[in-house]
Amino acid sequence: MLRRFVAVVVLGFAALLTVLSGQASAEGEQIIGTLQTGRSGPIEGVTITVETTGGDEVGTDQTDSDGRFAIELPDGAGDYVVTLDADDLPDGVILREGGAERRITVGANRTQPVAFGIGDGSLRQASANIEILQRTLEGIRFGLLIAMAAVGLSLIFGTTGLVNFAHGELVAIGAVIAWFLNVDAGIPLIPATVAAIALGAVVGAINELGLWRPLRNRGTGLVAMLVISIGLSLALRYVLQIVFGGRARAYVSFQGQSATSYGVIRITDKDLFSIALSLAVLILVALMLQKTKVGKAMRAVADNRDLASSSGINVDRVILFVWMLGGALATLGGVLFGLSDQVSWDMGFQLLLLMFAGVVLGGLGTAYGALVGSLIVGIFVQVSTIVIPDETKYVGGLLLLIVILVVRPSGILGARARIG
Amino acid sequence: MQQVLDVLIISTKAFFGPLAVFYALMAIGLNVHFGYTGLLNFGQIGFAMLGGFGIAISVTTYGLPFVVGVLVGLLAAVLFALLLGLPTLRLRADYLAIVTIAAAEILRLLFRSVSATPITGATRGLSGFSGDFYALSPFETSARYTILGARWSGRELWVVSVGWTLVALGCLAVWLLMRSPWGRVIKAIREDEDAARSLGKNVYAYKMQSLILGGIFGALGGMIYALATSSANPDQYQSANTFLAYAALILGGTARVLGPVIGAMIFWFLLAFTESGLVELTGADGIIPPEILSSTDVAQIRFVLVGLGLMTLLIFRPQGIFGDRREVMLDAR
Repeated sequence: MLRRFVAVVVLGFAALLTVLSGQASAEGEQIIGTLQTGRSGPIEGVTITVETTGGDEVGTDQTDSDGRFAIELPDGAGDYVVTLDADDLPDGVILREGGAERRITVGANRTQPVAFGIGDGSLRQASANIEILQRTLEGIRFGLLIAMAAVGLSLIFGTTGLVNFAHGELVAIGAVIAWFLNVDAGIPLIPATVAAIALGAVVGAINELGLWRPLRNRGTGLVAMLVISIGLSLALRYVLQIVFGGRARAYVSFQGQSATSYGVIRITDKDLFSIALSLAVLILVALMLQKTKVGKAMRAVADNRDLASSSGINVDRVILFVWMLGGALATLGGVLFGLSDQVSWDMGFQLLLLMFAGVVLGGLGTAYGALVGSLIVGIFVQVSTIVIPDETKYVGGLLLLIVILVVRPSGILGARARIG
Repeated sequence: MQQVLDVLIISTKAFFGPLAVFYALMAIGLNVHFGYTGLLNFGQIGFAMLGGFGIAISVTTYGLPFVVGVLVGLLAAVLFALLLGLPTLRLRADYLAIVTIAAAEILRLLFRSVSATPITGATRGLSGFSGDFYALSPFETSARYTILGARWSGRELWVVSVGWTLVALGCLAVWLLMRSPWGRVIKAIREDEDAARSLGKNVYAYKMQSLILGGIFGALGGMIYALATSSANPDQYQSANTFLAYAALILGGTARVLGPVIGAMIFWFLLAFTESGLVELTGADGIIPPEILSSTDVAQIRFVLVGLGLMTLLIFRPQGIFGDRREVMLDAR
């Protein structure tokens, strides 16, 4: 939406430049400009006033049928204030940032162009619904991606009680492994991703076997483990920066795809593929949790560890499996994020906070909660870009996290007892 | 030999430098939160940012006097603590951790966004707010002083003296508070929240007071940092800095009045030592070949070492150098 507005304003500038080239050689000093937007065309009958910085009126003009105005400056070079009478603008045309006043400096013998940022308000109204649809679709893609990474985070919490702040690094490590396989080794992205997923599972297993299982056996407290996971996250993140470099980089495959239209919605093939793949994977995970023996064991351990243990479930093996699953899913999430945005060393931390938002929203420790919560966070983040600037879009997701803790701390699917 | 001496001089300066003050103040705040009350505040850098930007925005953007800026910064920290505490202090410790880290990140993202440019200067940040502060300096701001082989400008000396005075006052305040009835309730909450509640103490209110108090220390730290660098840029306040302060705190010893201060000093000595040492080693005539570690990577090594150090400390010596193992709140949920 913002982009379209910029286009409109730039159009105004372009029109102004053509005027300028025709009059640049005129004698004396002059202030000129053109008012027009993409849809409304030239705007006629708007009063433009030029004053000195002291407030004395120098001259005034109304825009002609081409939307142009030109005001002579008998006082010569100097500083002037140019004001546009906003009441003269037709309905639907609004002033953009900068307002109705411009301070300018005119040099000797110069014809000084002035640009007012005006936008076509009616344009915004017409496409708002489509825009919401479009953003919702992007949000679904983003939410599914977060969900994939977050299922592991939630299951690890459920089975071990650990809030793993280093989970974002699993995402980033996976994406970076796939990047090296894809770009440095020249393997096409799909086989590279499959290999990276296998390696991601190994990274998860190393986490459990090398660090967390020994710590659990030592009886390390949960708060200590939480701070240890922070330490691990810091160390891994900056090792990644050394290995991968500080810049964000893209995969070689599937670059520069243009969007295909489906009715009113436009989406690139890779995004569509991303949605389908995440959905398929998440459904498989859900089926596994629901139907298979190991899935049932996972839920049993998450529900009551001691009871599960005394029913003959090998808790350590189940937890190892959870870590491997978490590592693999995080890798896939990371690759998909790298595909839509770019791979960077700190992508894990950015996603981690959104994963937390999703997991807490759905209910900490529940696999399905992570799914539902992440989806909501993803959609919320993308749709919110209609009203807030793109660069602050993650703020919305994080605010959602705080709001849900006020309203319903146990999350949408969480049991009341878990928050204690 | 000269190189070794240089490295030592740089590290000694870091031992007393403004960054050590910054982290000491943040860590004192975290000590109140984590060490005494058992609150996991992972967003201390957000408090620091509010302190620094409190001065910067008031003075540079709105042209208010310096003192007003300090008050605005402190007030903002109090409000931030209230905002964070209201939803989370009734919940388990890890919820506060998640919310505080998210809130600090929200603040940073908002402050650096383009739409905030007129107020915070976005990614370029603000500068030109420290004039009033340096005008108070008894040291010649342009002169250079040599102390223990390290060269200090008058400005640095002034910031550092104010900073260490604040640290000393802060320690005194914490010491007095912790031996008062209030401090005993706070520690009781850390040990057993339910027991404290059953004795009729309003646990929620005590936790909130603790969160506010520690947040104020964080804000003071951020002010010293902003004044020392004479600039306030949102990207200086990355979340990772909170964990540097945690590392300093745990190194020194949690739940000890001087733990965070000594921790921060040793921490910065070690960091500056390894960093300037690594710069020498990876430099033109260094021993480490650039294929293994180039000199541009040294800045990242800091965080890697901090991360590994934090893990090692918690696994093998959670009480740090001076702490008492029985007083370290690490096994509670």
